[in-house]
Amino acid sequence: MTTAERYVTAAYCVVFALVLVYVVIIALKLQRLEREVAALEPKPTETGGNG
Amino acid sequence: MGRSYRISLPALAVSSLVLVTLALALVFFVAPTDADQGFSQRIFYFHVSIAFTAYLAFGLGAWKALVHLWKRDPNADLESYVAIHQGVIFGSLVLLTGSIWAKISWGHWWLWSENQLVLFLVLFLFYAAYFMLRFSVEPGPQRANLSAVYALFGVILIPVSFLAIRLAQHFIHPVVFTRDGPQFGGWILATYLVSQVAIIVLAYTLYRLELSGKRLDLRVRALRRAAA
Repeated sequence: MTTAERYVTAAYCVVFALVLVYVVIIALKLQRLEREVAALEPKPTETGGNG
Repeated sequence: MGRSYRISLPALAVSSLVLVTLALALVFFVAPTDADQGFSQRIFYFHVSIAFTAYLAFGLGAWKALVHLWKRDPNADLESYVAIHQGVIFGSLVLLTGSIWAKISWGHWWLWSENQLVLFLVLFLFYAAYFMLRFSVEPGPQRANLSAVYALFGVILIPVSFLAIRLAQHFIHPVVFTRDGPQFGGWILATYLVSQVAIIVLAYTLYRLELSGKRLDLRVRALRRAAA
């Protein structure tokens, strides 16, 4: 592998590493928030059935 | 109903993946090797695409800031914030890929004598400081208004940064887009266009992903307040 090839590979790896880290952080945050919403949302009451 | 025309997030994610894969295949297997710069010129396809996308994100952030100030829409404030965050992420990628390219081509990671580089750094730091301003003020209308005004000031730097190289007398940073259009054609142009579309779609996907996270965060805060 030539020096130029190594640098070009490094540049593209930097782009994908940063995007991947960002996506992982946001995905983990979304999972946590969805769990919190599920825990905080009022549960549906059971009065709508036969009464 | 107003938002029903929007493409779903999974569809956007798949589109990003397909387009970025196609762009990479074109960059490494189809685009010809540049006669002047050799293999290192292949950084150009993503570096320039990411730079234009960063400008677009900052521009979108400023536009949403204007909408917020005009209509007092809290959604526009949130969208402005997320767009600027995307701009800063893509801006950092421009600086990183640009430094790597500079090291191969010029033998330096950074050149303070280059107006294009310094002005992009100024633009990047200006918008990085946006977050310091935003998080130093309590959430509410005052924070939204201050952030919007700051975001609008920054948009002036975009044409300055973009035109700097065209106005400079001496430069070593290459100029590929002139008044006569792009200074390349054939597969180089096709590869660049595919890369540009791929990076814009990727940035829009990340924008929508982060926006959905921010909206969910607001919902959790509202639920917590209601439960308290």
